Amino acid sequence: MQSNSGRKKIESIIILALFIFLVISAIGVLWVKHLFAAAMFSGIFSFLSALLFVMLDAVDVAFTEAAVGAGVSTILVLGTIVLTTERAKEWKASDNLRPLLLVILTGAILIYGSLDMPEFGSISAPAQTHVGLTYLESTPKDIGIPNVVTAVLASYRGFDTLGETAVVFTAGVGVLMLLGGFIRTRSRRDRG
Amino acid sequence: MIGDTLSQVGTLLATHSIYWLFIILMMTGFYIVVSRGNLIKKIIGLNLFQTSVFLFYISIGKVTGGTPPILPMKLKVDDFSVYSNPLPHVLILTAIVVGVATTALGLSLIIRIRESYGTIEESDLLEINRKIFSRENVQDLQQGDLFKDE
Repeated sequence: MQSNSGRKKIESIIILALFIFLVISAIGVLWVKHLFAAAMFSGIFSFLSALLFVMLDAVDVAFTEAAVGAGVSTILVLGTIVLTTERAKEWKASDNLRPLLLVILTGAILIYGSLDMPEFGSISAPAQTHVGLTYLESTPKDIGIPNVVTAVLASYRGFDTLGETAVVFTAGVGVLMLLGGFIRTRSRRDRG
Repeated sequence: MIGDTLSQVGTLLATHSIYWLFIILMMTGFYIVVSRGNLIKKIIGLNLFQTSVFLFYISIGKVTGGTPPILPMKLKVDDFSVYSNPLPHVLILTAIVVGVATTALGLSLIIRIRESYGTIEESDLLEINRKIFSRENVQDLQQGDLFKDE
């Protein structure tokens, strides 16, 4: 019991420290005028949130966030900076007030809404008592692999993943059409 | 009375404060989206907002004293170990990949906007749009075909 409460204390200290670093990198994005620096801050934010995912027991999500969120997203933003501009325009200090009020109002409403949620880490919360437990119990029998997240992703909810693939494909086609990948190759062929 | 309220707040702080931390992170991302005029910064702010929502969602599946939902190699679930809920993890894995796809789409829209307008600042874009529309209206009035269809 003693070691359990000690572990919980250490966990909350680590979560709080990561949160402080996350806020610092978010403020970095807010503050810098060089978009390259903003992209780097957002990469740092993604890596720190991957650490926080590990603290919340979501190891699969952590390495997806580190690879896709921090890696691919940052590269996409860097590519956009190369093709457009690397400096953001100066903003007026008078523009800051109305967004600040909006954000504080939204945050207050969200915090008010969170008061009805079950306590953090409670094992009797509604989220823990339904289908999640069934997946944990039946994965060894049905699928026969140790990683329950993979079992749910690829088998129990395989159609969700198929839908995800359709969304990614649609976005890829959209990017190709927007950037004129098809049109440019065709006109080059017509000319040649 | 005040003591009761204070102790209530103290209990809430112990049990719910992690949700509030994630809500603060969300609002930082939201603030970047609404207060900065540069379109690339808006997209980065949207990404921060998105990641904070993911953290919030994953925190719902966490069980105190639990371990990641990966079973021992013999696939024997013993009754004494507690696992965190795998379902939010699956949903957020899907959401991260879809999020990158939408980010790519947004960024390519920014590249097209830059090609057409020569700027990616919101205020400049609004100014250009206003000029274009007012000029079109003047031309339409001069040619007298503003109400041609009627």
